[in-house]
Formats: sequence, structure tokens, C-alpha cells
Amino acid sequence: MSNVTHLRFEIVRTFRNRTVLAVTLALPLVLFYAVASGQRHATFDGVSFPLYFMTAMAVYGAMFAAVSPGARVARDRSGGWIRQLRITPLRARTDVAAKVLTAYLVALPSLALLYLAGVSLGVRLDGTQWLEMTGLLLAGLAPFVALGIAGGYLMRTDALTPAIGGVVVLFALVGGVYGFQLATSGPMFEVMKAVPSYWLVQAGKTTLGGGTWPAQGWIVIAAWTAVLIPVAALAYRRAAIRA
Amino acid sequence: MSNGNARAGEVVLSRLSKSYGEVRAVRSIDLAIAPGETVALLGPNGAGKSTTIDMMLGLTRPDAGTVSVFGVPPSAAVRAGWVGGMLQTGSPLEHLKVRELVTLMASYYPHPLPVADVLRLTGAAQFAGQRTTKLSGGQAQRVRFAAALVGDPDLLVLDEPTAGIDVEGRREFWHAMRAVAGRGKTVLFATHYLEEADAYADRIVLIARGRVIADGPATEIKARAGARTIRVTLPGTDTALLGVLPGVVSAERHGDAVLLSCSDSDAALRGLLGAFPGARDIEVRGGSLEEAVLELTADEELAGASTGGETR
Repeated sequence: MSNVTHLRFEIVRTFRNRTVLAVTLALPLVLFYAVASGQRHATFDGVSFPLYFMTAMAVYGAMFAAVSPGARVARDRSGGWIRQLRITPLRARTDVAAKVLTAYLVALPSLALLYLAGVSLGVRLDGTQWLEMTGLLLAGLAPFVALGIAGGYLMRTDALTPAIGGVVVLFALVGGVYGFQLATSGPMFEVMKAVPSYWLVQAGKTTLGGGTWPAQGWIVIAAWTAVLIPVAALAYRRAAIRA
Repeated sequence: MSNGNARAGEVVLSRLSKSYGEVRAVRSIDLAIAPGETVALLGPNGAGKSTTIDMMLGLTRPDAGTVSVFGVPPSAAVRAGWVGGMLQTGSPLEHLKVRELVTLMASYYPHPLPVADVLRLTGAAQFAGQRTTKLSGGQAQRVRFAAALVGDPDLLVLDEPTAGIDVEGRREFWHAMRAVAGRGKTVLFATHYLEEADAYADRIVLIARGRVIADGPATEIKARAGARTIRVTLPGTDTALLGVLPGVVSAERHGDAVLLSCSDSDAALRGLLGAFPGARDIEVRGGSLEEAVLELTADEELAGASTGGETR
């Protein structure tokens, strides 16, 4: 049964959670202006610093948005509400689908806000490029959505919140989200290129270069997604048995 | 509100069993509930009530035996929207108002009741605009009741719905419950209060240690389970001598006083006064459920282990 009401209230629950809004919308915006306003004319990683850092901060917020349903899953479980849901006609896959969709719906405003901020500091892309970049970012978020949901089914609320925050920060660091790169060549650079957040951050530069990710980028995103979706599915089954 | 649309069909548990490791939580329970019947699952804590309910709702898979809800397995009945449940846990979702939560629950069912009606019936209307996290225990319980009810299920299962609720809250809950049961629904509720079972159920199923030990109309069970206790001041008498009096099931000493659990308090009283003229300060009281269960399971106990219902 398709359920628009369920989706609607998932969104309502998300947007009433001030913490989620703060880390997905406000924090990246503040960081962007704090760091990028002094470096409007700098160049970094082959592009203007504002473009690089706008993409990075958009990714930062969107990663937090992508994992946010995990916290709701954990909360639903710990409060016993998931048992209540299981004795209603709502299908588990409808619930999960709504949570995935919500993750993207929260990610979108965080992208839009950072785009506006980028433009205010001189970032210029044409319409197609904005759309292409958005497409790459949404595709690259898939592993993070799966990660959040897997975490929600595997961990308790009190453990999940710091764990998932830590994982996002780690991915951000390795991916170059904080405005510096751990390496530009050598083994560390290979590690960077093996995480999805690196390719997310590269989306701005990639779009400017008039294309899409190289094959390696797509393979990395696809591989992380392909591994994490079954993990989430297994975690769900395990939780369902114990619920 | 729509009229009761109870499915023609029973809810049948047959030879249902479930163990958790060494603990045999439910041991071959047989139970058939007729459409429109209100049945109380009565028993002390740990009797197997929640496990039975979880299996009935398809939340727990039985080790053996089957459950049929209106002719189909529980999962199918749940998916069809025929079942509403109020579980012991289930703290309402955060970041939603009461009315929103009940609206959300209604959206899962094919033919829900009007949300406003359900809020009014369950007494949740007064705080419908409040966040679910800001509710008192009694209010949260009404919200969970509203959530169980709003789908207009044919089978309503309530696991200790009044646990942790004050007397006034209980009275109001059962008042609402009566209105619901009057609409032709099949209702099963678990409780460890004999009075609740007696007052609100057509039939009481008494369970202890995972077994059904009595099943019948409330009046009958009440008579059987309504064991009386005689309290008497009788210093220095061997409790073993008191324990064998006619109508006495067990005797236990508390200082100078002795408590006699009786199956027939009249016979016990006559016997007591005949044999012990020194008995004074005699009080006869209705027994507690725990005592009643002890009595009804006494045979099983004797057959099983060494405990003979003597002093504890």
C-alpha cells in the first residue's frame, strides 16, 4: 500500500528535529562562509577555492542528511514502536523507502543553501552544470543512506549517534571535505580515491570539466552501495527477529 | 463511527508452545475465541501472557503449534488490517503531536475510523495538540489505545493495558474500552488484576507457568479463583495441624497470627473453631490472585516437586 501520509510524517519528524537541521543546514553554511570568504580568489585542487569548498560543504551537510534516517530507525526500535508498526498493515519496505526518500529530501535543501552561498562568493556554473553536479551528489549519497539505515538497525540510539557522526567525519576527512587533502599522490591518495566522499567532493570540479566522474568514481560509489545495501537488509532482518 | 464489522471466524490458538532457552514460557496452550467475545488472559507476572500475545500477533514465532486469526495466519490478518494491538512497550514516536500520530496510524489501515472520534472516545482529545514526548503515563496509554483502535480492527489485543496507571485512569480506560467492545469486536486483554478480568471480560482464561489452568465465564472463574483467607491469632500451634483442617489448602505463620488459604472457608472456619477453641481475632478475606493461582496449580506442584503448599 503506497502511503503518502507515512512519508509526510517522516518528513515532519525530520524537520522538527532541530539537531538534524543544524548539522545538515546551518553548520556547513557557517563553515563555508568562515573559511571561504577569506579565500575568494584562491585556487585549490585545480579549481577556485569557493567552488571546491562549496561542493565540499554541500557534501558535508548532505552526508549528515543521508545518515539521519538511521537515528529515527534506532529511536523507533528502542522505544518499542517498531513492534507497534509490525502489527499494522504498513509494509517494512514502505517504511524503509520513506526513510530513503526523506534522506534525499533533507539533503536537497542543504545542497541548495550551499549553492546560493557559493554564488554569493563568486561561483559561476551554467544551468546544466548545476544540474549535473546535483545529479552526481545525489547518486554519490546512496552509500551513506544505506549506512545510516544499517546503523539504525544494528545499534542502540546512544551508541549510534556518536558512531555515525564519527564515521561521517572520518569520511569527510579522507574525502577532502575540510578544505585540505591528506595527499595528492602515493598510497594515501589511492585510499582517498577509494572512498565515496572523495568523489562527492570532486563533483564540482568534475562538472566544471564538462563531464561525469571517471569510471573509477562510479565503481567506488557502486561498490560501497552494493556492499552497504545488503548489510542494511541483513541488519533489518536481524532486528525484525529480535523486535 | 461505523458499526462493528466483525469477521465471521474465530481466533484459534492450538497447542502453542514457546521456550526461551531453558525457560518454557508457553506450554501447549489451546484457546478459541468466538467473534465478538471479550476474553481476559489472567495470570501473574511471568505466566506467559505476553509471549502468548506476541505469538497471536505474529511478533514471535512459536516453537510448536499454530495461530489462526479469522482463518488466516497472524501475519496475513495483520496485513489485511484486521488486527489492532496495544503492546506493553511502544513509547509513541518523537517529534509528532498526538493527533498526528493517530492520523499516521489511521493511514495504515484500509477502513480507519475518523481520528477525531477516536481521540474523543479514548479521552485523548484534550491533549491532541501536544507532542508525544510531553505526555504523562496515563496520557501516553490513551494515545496507544487510540493508535490500536483507529484502524477499526476486528480483533483488538491489549497487553496489560492498565499497567502503571492510577485508579482513576484505569476506570476511564475501561469505560472507553466498554464502548469499543460493545461494537462487536473480538477483544483479548491480558491483566494480572482479577477485578479487571471479572468486571470487563465475558470469559476468563487463567494461565500460570505457560499453561491454561482454568477457562470459563468470569463468574465461574471468580468462584474458583476467589479463594478466601482466614487470618487467626493462635499462638504456639503447629501449622501442620492447621494445614490439614477441612477446606484449608495451606497454612503459614506470621508471629502469633496464622494465615489459612482456603478452598472452602466455611468448612475451614467450622473445623478451626471445633479443633482450636482458643482461636481469636478471626478475619475472613477474599484471596488474592496469586493465592488463587497457587491453589489451582497445587496438584501440578505436588506432582512436580517437593513443595507441598506448607509454610513458605
